[in-house]
Amino acid sequence: MSLRNSAVVVGIGESDIGHLPHMTGLGLNAQAARRALDDAGLRPDDIDGLVTAYSMTEPYFMLGTVLCEYLGLQPGYCASLVAGGATPAVMVGHAAAAIASGQANTVLVVTGENRASGQTRDQAVAALATAVGHPYFEYPYGPSIPGCYAMIARRYMHEYGTTREQMARVAVTTRMHACLHPNSHMKTPIEIGDVLTAKPIADPLTLLDCCLISDAAGALILTRPDRASGARSAPVWLYGIGEAHTHEHLSSAPSLTEFGVTRAGAAAYGMAGITPRDIDVAQLYDCFTIVPIIELEELGFAPRGAGGEFWEAGHAQIGGKLPVNTHGGMLSHAHAGAAGGMFGIIEAVAQLRGGLGPRQVEGASTALVHNEGGVLSSNCTLVLGRERR
Amino acid sequence: MSSTLPDPRPNADSIAYWESAKQGRLVLRACAECSHKHFPPRRLCPVCWSESLHWTDATGLGTVHTFTIMRRAPVPEFAAQVPYVVALIDLAEGPRMMANIVGEDAHAVRIGERVSVCFEQRGDWAVPQFRRISD
Ligand SMILES: [Zn+2]
Repeated sequence: MSLRNSAVVVGIGESDIGHLPHMTGLGLNAQAARRALDDAGLRPDDIDGLVTAYSMTEPYFMLGTVLCEYLGLQPGYCASLVAGGATPAVMVGHAAAAIASGQANTVLVVTGENRASGQTRDQAVAALATAVGHPYFEYPYGPSIPGCYAMIARRYMHEYGTTREQMARVAVTTRMHACLHPNSHMKTPIEIGDVLTAKPIADPLTLLDCCLISDAAGALILTRPDRASGARSAPVWLYGIGEAHTHEHLSSAPSLTEFGVTRAGAAAYGMAGITPRDIDVAQLYDCFTIVPIIELEELGFAPRGAGGEFWEAGHAQIGGKLPVNTHGGMLSHAHAGAAGGMFGIIEAVAQLRGGLGPRQVEGASTALVHNEGGVLSSNCTLVLGRERR
Repeated sequence: MSSTLPDPRPNADSIAYWESAKQGRLVLRACAECSHKHFPPRRLCPVCWSESLHWTDATGLGTVHTFTIMRRAPVPEFAAQVPYVVALIDLAEGPRMMANIVGEDAHAVRIGERVSVCFEQRGDWAVPQFRRISD
């Protein structure tokens, strides 16, 4: 059974974003959920399924039922998923499958954390280093998450000639986009030189090559296509989804230059019955500047090794050949645990609905979202569209 | 690097690996069925799922697949070491492992360079590390 046309997104909601010590992680989730429900024109009683991710800042084990309890929901379907940064796209797949199988009619898909204020920056970096690095065979050598991605970047530069300036261009472009978004975390324009001379983190990456640490949550409401008639905005259709899981730890990755993005993308394109040429706008995971360069190539938007030039030539800018991360991505809009990739899905839906003013990609009718977790370990691609396909 | 750094934490899968490192030997798991050598050590061969495995000595020679110079420590234990080199080493036998490049000239490391194993004391244990081979 294919998930093509199995479900539609009828609601999207972002919590407040930034450094928000007056809000808890659950509170952020609740705010995003409330906004998504209002956006959909639905009531809490309409929700009979919930899918969420995990929290590293709050001490809850079964986060899905914890959230249901907090929100006063008693659904017939509930899942808490852990695929790192790939989780939001994977969550959409689970929600659609629950709808397609009749386990649920209307599913709240929500995730977020108080990563900025729920822990210190040092705690955030340490928690991630111990969660993503191999506890026995990597941790004794002191890698960090930026360090792992720095090693990917270094190898990529070595094999394909990708330059620091091209990577910096990713940060500059997405910051430019974030400046057009009313709810983005960072709105001060930056230039190439700012990225190159920012505080060094792990060579070749500087602070501005690294994603933000925000307090933020995002939510979607997915429902059965035949129930979407009363929605306030035009429903956005799920065309395709694909996953690929190739390793967990960097030292066990099959390759440092070819990842599971290609396979995930091919599966999503296949289910959707389209090719990369049909995509009007892409929201790519950008935890570090090298990543959306690699993803552009693996998803078929640029030849291998030409992803950096794609950014450098301005093709990824709003108005360019394929606008990427039109909300600012995790580098400039928000990053809070599993919520990082969720904002890419929300932005894809917003772009397909239209009417975003200067940030609108003209005529956007098909959008791609790619999420990845770990160190390009778990990959999930979504293809979404404006009309039933 | 100094002995305030994290000690190895052996478990049932890895105790022989860490005991060997303590004696100055780098060992890998080898499959009796398909002869694949793997790392990190597991209970079965990740290629053919045979449980018929034995330990084999590695030559300790490898090449640098990639590396980074860490400018910010992920945990306080490494703060005094900054800047230090973290690398992925392709062992001559095939498996890839993470280690630090150590020695006075560690920061001059380049992708593709040959390195050889050495051992660094950590409490009662030792961790495999790598040095550049000057030739
Ligand atoms: Zn075998």
